[in-house]
This record gives sequence, C-alpha cells and structure tokens, in this order.
Amino acid sequence: MGRTTVGRTAEQTAEQAVTYRQALHDTLRAEMLRDEDVLLLGEEIGVFEGSYKITAGLLDEFGPRRVRDTPICEEGFVGAAIGAAMLGLRPVVEIMTINFSLLAIDQIVNHAAKMRAMFGGQVSVPMVIRTPGGGGQQLAATHSQNLEVFYAHVPGLKVVAPSTPADAKGLLASAVRDDDPVLFLENLALYNTKGVVPGGDHIVRIGTAAVAKEGSDLTLVAYSRAAVIAHDVARRLEDEGVSAEVIDLRSLRPLDRATVCASARKTGRAIVLEDDWLSYGIGAEIAATIAEGAFDYLDAPVRRVAAAEVPLPYAKPLELAALPDAAALTRVIREVLEATRFVPRRVPSSQG
Amino acid sequence: MVANTPGPASSPEPGPAHGARSDVGAVRPPGASEDAEVLRGYYRQMALIRAFELRSAEMYARAKIGGYCHLNLGEEATVVGLMAALRPSDYLFAGYRVHGYALARGAEPGRVMAELFGRVTGMSGGRGGSMHLFDAGLRLLGGYGIVGGQLPPATGAALAIAYRGAPGPDSEAVMCLLGDGTTNIGAFHEALNLAAVWRLPIVYAIVNNQLGMGTPVEAASGEPELFRRGCSYRIPGERVDGNDVLAVRDAALALMESAREEHRPGLLEAVSYRIRGHSVVDPARYRSAEETQRVRDLDPLPAFRARLIEGGVLDQETAARIDDETERTVTAAIEFADTSPPPPVDTLFDGVYATPVPNVFTGLPGDPPPDGQTTVTTLGES
Repeated sequence: MGRTTVGRTAEQTAEQAVTYRQALHDTLRAEMLRDEDVLLLGEEIGVFEGSYKITAGLLDEFGPRRVRDTPICEEGFVGAAIGAAMLGLRPVVEIMTINFSLLAIDQIVNHAAKMRAMFGGQVSVPMVIRTPGGGGQQLAATHSQNLEVFYAHVPGLKVVAPSTPADAKGLLASAVRDDDPVLFLENLALYNTKGVVPGGDHIVRIGTAAVAKEGSDLTLVAYSRAAVIAHDVARRLEDEGVSAEVIDLRSLRPLDRATVCASARKTGRAIVLEDDWLSYGIGAEIAATIAEGAFDYLDAPVRRVAAAEVPLPYAKPLELAALPDAAALTRVIREVLEATRFVPRRVPSSQG
Repeated sequence: MVANTPGPASSPEPGPAHGARSDVGAVRPPGASEDAEVLRGYYRQMALIRAFELRSAEMYARAKIGGYCHLNLGEEATVVGLMAALRPSDYLFAGYRVHGYALARGAEPGRVMAELFGRVTGMSGGRGGSMHLFDAGLRLLGGYGIVGGQLPPATGAALAIAYRGAPGPDSEAVMCLLGDGTTNIGAFHEALNLAAVWRLPIVYAIVNNQLGMGTPVEAASGEPELFRRGCSYRIPGERVDGNDVLAVRDAALALMESAREEHRPGLLEAVSYRIRGHSVVDPARYRSAEETQRVRDLDPLPAFRARLIEGGVLDQETAARIDDETERTVTAAIEFADTSPPPPVDTLFDGVYATPVPNVFTGLPGDPPPDGQTTVTTLGES
C-alpha cells in the first residue's frame, strides 16, 4: 500500500465519487463530530495516521484524548475498548490487519460477544472493530488471511463486510451507532477503489444484503473484494447474452438468507465467490442456505470459488494462483451454464 | 505497610523501597480508632460469606448447583477488606471466585444463590451461573470465568472514567480482582502496561491464595512475590496479610485514593490460603497433612472473632447471635433460590443483541433457517 493520503476536509453534502478509504475516513470523522462518546483506539492511528491512512488528520482535529495510539497489545486494547463500551463510550478500534485479531480473539469471542447475554442483558458493548483482511499484496502467509468466518460463527457479534464506498459509509455509521460489538471488515485491495457515495447521513442496515446487479440466468453471491470482482464479471457476461444477478452479502452475521434464496429461486443457478478458504468457509454456509431454501428451484449444484487451501506464499505467481479471481469465476460460470444447457439470449449489437 | 514506590521518571531504577510484610499470618489487635460497629459489621460479612460458601458446597453436592463452583473459603478477610475500601460509585471486576465479593458489595444473598441455582431471579437472570455474577446497580461489572479475561475490560472501564473526568477526591475508580495464577497470563501484563502509560484510575488486587488450581505460586511464577510485578510498569505494588481484614482494607484504601486523586494505577497483593479445593469437586489431595493443618491455623474467621472478643468489641453471646443470623439468612437465600423459577425457554434469545437488526436466526435446533420459504422435498417424489 503506497503513501496515499486522504483529503482532510472532505465535507460531503452532495453525492460524489470518493475512494473507499476516503469514505471510511469521512464517516469516522462525521461520527466523532456527531457524538462525543465516539473515540478511536489502535496501533499507529494517531501520529502515524494509520497503517492504511484511514485516520489521517483525525489526531490533529480531535486530539489524543479521542484518537488514542495504543501500545502493541491487541488483547489489551481490544479488551480496554470493551470495558470503555461497558461504561457507555463508543470506541472504534482499528486492528492493523485481521491477522492480528487472533491476538485478541479471547476478548472478542469470550468477552465482547458474551457479556450482554451472559450477564442477563444488564450491559451492552457498543464497540466497532475495524480491520482489513485480504491477500494479493505479497505479504505472505501470516498477513494475508480472510478470517472473518471465525467471527461470523459467533452469536453475539455482528460482522459486516462492505464492498463499495457507499456501503462502507452506510455500514460504518450503522456500526458506530449500534449497541452491539460489530466487526467491520475492510480489504486492502479495496481502499483505493472509487464509487459514488450518498451525501449527508447515509445508513445501511446491518443484516441486509444488496442486489448489486439484477439478472435472471444465474446468481453470484459474494462480499467485500470478491463482490467487486463478481460485479465486473457479471457486467462482462451481459455482452455474451448471460444475465447474472449479483448478491453482495454486506453482512455476514446476521446473514440475509432470504435475499440469497430469493435470487437462487429466481435464477436456478448459484455460484459463490469468496476470498476465504473453501472448507468451512462463508461459501459453505451460503451453499447450505440455498440447499435448504431453494433446492427445488436449482438446475445445478451450488458451486464455490474460494482460495486455494495453502498458507498464502510470497512469490507472486504462487500468490496469484492461490487467490480466486475473475478468470476462475468465469470458468466456473461457463461450466455451470454448459452443464445446464444454457442458451444465451441474442445480444443486440451496438453497431446496429 | 511496605510499598514499592517507583522512582522518578528519569530513574532507571524501579525505586528502592519495596518489600513484603514479614508478618503474613499474624493478626494485629484492632486499632483504638476503629468503630466497634464497623468491626462487628466486618465479622458479620465474613461469617455470612463462610456460611454461604459452606451451604453452596452442600447445594452442589445435592445437585442444586451445576457447572463449576469456586468458593471463597479462607479468603473472607481479603474479600471483606477489599470491599470495605470501595465506594458505591466505584466499579468492580472479578474473576470466577466471586460469590463473597457480591455478598460484601451488598447483593441480596437470595439473588446470589438463585444465580448459582440457574433461576430467573439470579443476579444475571440465571444465564451466567456461579462464575458470572453481575449487578449493574452495585457496579459489580462481572465475575469472569476466563483467567485474565477481566483485566483488559476493567482497564477500559478506568479509561472511560479518565475520558470523562479529571482526577480528584470525587473521581470514580476501578478495582480489578485477580488470582495469583492470573499474574502469569499476557492479559495481566498488557493491562498493567496500558494503565501505566495512560495513567488510569484502577487498582489491581491479587488475591493470592497460594495455589493456582493445584500449582503453588513458586512453581508458576518467576517472581513469586507477585506485588513486585508492578515494577515493570512503575506501578506501586504492595503485599499485605490477606487474613487481616483491616490491613487489607487500609492498603486498598490507600491505593484507591491514589487511583482516584492522581489517576495512578496500583497493585495490591493479599496473601491468604484457600481452605478447600480449587472448586467444590476438588478434594485437594495435592496438599500434605502439615499444609492442611497450617490452613486450619490460619483460618481468618475464628482468628478475627477471637481478636474482636479479646478487644472487647464482641462477646461470645453476640458472636453466636451473628452466626445464627447468617445461618438463617443463607437458609432463606436457599429457599428463595429453590422456589424461584428457571428462565422460560421462550426467553432463550433475549439479551443476545441490544440493537435489533434484520435476519437474526432465532430457530431452535432442527428448525429451518429463515429463507423466506421452506421447501421440503421427499426423495423419490417427482
């Protein structure tokens, strides 16, 4: 990731195209301006402005009381955020990458997720853990993982994974205002992507998937970086007379099963694209969901396109081979279409 | 009272004056300035905890209590001394050996016992059990079953206090309890370091009962004088006789005052001895006969009783009356628990989330997930 900086004074009142990074930055800033109880905690988020510069300028604007650099101690500062949230603050914690969340997993899974239910509803933990996942940056095995399924498995947590700047804004605002612990998954490859973001107060409800593109012939289900790829592939397929519907999950817990199943029932074909590993991954949950909710409507088994099951290597050709991409998705789409004797509709020629 | 006082910031030395009290196990006469009613109150609380824990063991044996059940037997002086140093506005975080603290903090004994019984009237609505007592009103922000799990959240509670207000005599503060074994886990060190660099109003109180399950402190800790572990973070540490309720109280009061008035963390080690096993199902066979005898000799409850009688603040008759009253209180608590209903099954999903969102799956095992349509297909049907 380069030394890209974000604009420090982006006041969004009208719809405009911004990067995913800028949308996160602007939303954090807006939430801090809106609510004095919102504070930021994390390694190098202040003076250094964040490893990925999401918090650039916020220390200068809000001071060290509200933008708090932490020592390198994920268990300590994630747990401290839990305690601060128990007393009514709304901490937003940055974990430098999701890989390091493993150092805090006891606090996240055994504590943040449990407290409200285990203590009889007497306390809530209104905190957000922002953290990027994803491979493809040659960061090798320990720094390239997609571990969101660890957290999506756990009742008591909410897990969101926006793929667009607009959803990044809407879901981050929702997460900060939510009274439950929310793991907010970002992705290294998305920070520089651009998209139109609604101005003003924009909220996306946690627990709702988006139909990112409507279609009638097959359903592509994805989230985060993979949703961007699925959308691109679906647009290209239009030129070949294939109408693909793209479901962007956006929320992994709770999971919007109804939207996934409705689409699968409509198209009869479903493929999941996911950056995590195949076995026990998000795609497994989606495939099971479709099997339970749309079995009678399917023309083919649900297919999954996921990462190769290896610790991700450093060398570029190996890394590229291991990660799911548009080519792999396109190949699987063609296999499913051929197996179901799909006949492309006539494509109106743009030449007339 | 011997404290380890960190040197000035420029000094590489942690400070010269730290050491342990040499009279652990000894019992001081009550100070002349002590109010007799207060002292009798401490005895009453200690006796209540003793009676409550003995009857809890009995209820466990009768299968009224499930899961794990860890008792404060032998720690009564420490429990009461620590709680006497807190104000109602202070916050308390505890480990899993928490019954006594809840009682001394003022929780209704019936609500404590009801939680052990898993009843809806329990402190945590029957959802937490023995290890997870919680009362927002009493600012008892949880017993925690994961060793060390309470330390980072307790530190964060102190952060919230510092975030909202300046140090001063009216500042709130946090006490975080932990066992001797907890000083070996990473969360202990991360929490103390955060409290030191952020100058937080918190006192970490190590209840050293000299055994982590069956492992003696010397076998588990590179520095077995646990209060010295604060040196690494320039946090003042102090060891007191955990069998001396007044010594515990006074040491805790002094550290809580620094926490309040300077937002300066402290580390207190109270040394006592666990009278029974790690939990009610542990017969503690790893203890020698001599050790067991030593435990009996150190028992803080008869020692405090004798001390008060000697000092003229309690007579045999009054002591016997207090003992009878606590027995009756515990019997009433058991009856309250036993006649309370368990939480209704239709409240299973209550409290999992504070903010409702769409698509939370609230099916029971075997229920289909909410996909908007349930399809049931029979094999062979066309």
